[in-house]
Amino acid sequence: MDILQNLLTTLEFIIQGLWITVWVTVVALVVGLVFGVLTALMRVYGNRFWRQVATVYSVVIRAVPVVVIIFILFFVIAEYVNLSPFLAGSLALGFASGAYQSEIFRGALQAVPAGQMTAARAIGMSKVQAIWSIVLPQALRLALPAWGNEATLVLKDSTLVFVVGVPEILRRTQQVSARTNEPFIAFGAAMLLYLGLTLLTTQFLGWVERRYRLQM
Amino acid sequence: MTTDPILRLENVHKSFGETHVLKGVSLTIQPRDVVVLVGPSGTGKSTLLRCINLLSPPTQGKIWLEEQEITAPGVNQDKVRQRIGMVFQDFNLFTHLTALGNVMVGLTRVRKMNKKEAYDLAMLELDRVGLVDRADHYPAQLSGGQKQRVAIARALGMDPHVMLFDEPTSALDPELTGEVLEVMQQLGQEGMTMMVVSHEMGFARRVASRIVFMEGGYIVEEGPPDQMFDAPRNERTREFLNKISSFEDNGQGE
Repeated sequence: MDILQNLLTTLEFIIQGLWITVWVTVVALVVGLVFGVLTALMRVYGNRFWRQVATVYSVVIRAVPVVVIIFILFFVIAEYVNLSPFLAGSLALGFASGAYQSEIFRGALQAVPAGQMTAARAIGMSKVQAIWSIVLPQALRLALPAWGNEATLVLKDSTLVFVVGVPEILRRTQQVSARTNEPFIAFGAAMLLYLGLTLLTTQFLGWVERRYRLQM
Repeated sequence: MTTDPILRLENVHKSFGETHVLKGVSLTIQPRDVVVLVGPSGTGKSTLLRCINLLSPPTQGKIWLEEQEITAPGVNQDKVRQRIGMVFQDFNLFTHLTALGNVMVGLTRVRKMNKKEAYDLAMLELDRVGLVDRADHYPAQLSGGQKQRVAIARALGMDPHVMLFDEPTSALDPELTGEVLEVMQQLGQEGMTMMVVSHEMGFARRVASRIVFMEGGYIVEEGPPDQMFDAPRNERTREFLNKISSFEDNGQGE
């Protein structure tokens, strides 16, 4: 059979998993963003208690393989709460990414010059107002390059949800490979898809970065 | 003529750990006063300003703003700071906002104005410092003098009763200090009560109603400019003012 024809048929089947990969990534990134920003704020501005809560989260999660977190959510938590494989997988990924994003945003918050907070307080802003409308918007911009890197890592880590049976790109690739016995074509197609997705993501984030760059 | 003082400090002390910076400062400031604080570096001039707007509250002593004791427990410090404008040596403009945004953010977030009101007032304040045509520039696109004028507009937007200036021209190239001092002089003439930490002696002579000389955490001497420059009572005051004034005569000043 013609290799190109073969590749196209394979792609056609795998590509149905594309949106699932995209959604797993997006949900994970958003969950991670919320956890990351919150815990970073706790670590930089919180009292002793909140600092410790956030530090424990970050240290423990980063010490555990993501697959283990996925299994815990899917097999343990899902006993009590009704979690689809899709949700269990993306939440676990987000939970894990949050720990890494926490480090990114902590560094960014600390990189905003102290004078910004002082000036905000001097015009009568409360600490919360100053963080929300002055420090955080600057920290988010400073965090963009590192965050973009994390986004591509999460995109690739999204393959891990296949262990609980989510039919994303890798899962479908395996199915094709097992049926056609042509792993080269199947995984080649998957590689092309991931390459395309990653390039698109970095292009987009690069644009966002240029658009919102802080001029110091 | 006697009026109620706008600001009154009573035996203000400030320590940072073991370091005793202010060692009992008492000062009374009347409305429309322009007080220029001078003294060797490290004598607590900036610390005094930061005590007054409670950015770093005094460790001891009392401060009254108009009839309110702002050092009393339970005082809403954010509300106090709205009435005290502050301008910093290194501007501290919000880097992610335009000149207009810098002035507007306090109006919308703190004074709770709607966008339209805030925009109108912010443009008015920018006009006051002569920067309407720079409204949509980001801080990085402004010169030092322009940045400091935006910072003044930002403080004025809060409608402060007192303005504090912490070495507002020290970070500027000499040719840019004039535009900032001009704005400050104009403010003084409009009747704004101001406390200025500065070594611009020309400005002090022209604009100040009073000069306060500080050294080692104390106020050594205070008085009207003529007296302080021409007939200071204290030996240290004379030495210090002579030194920085002659420095200016050598072409370093305005």
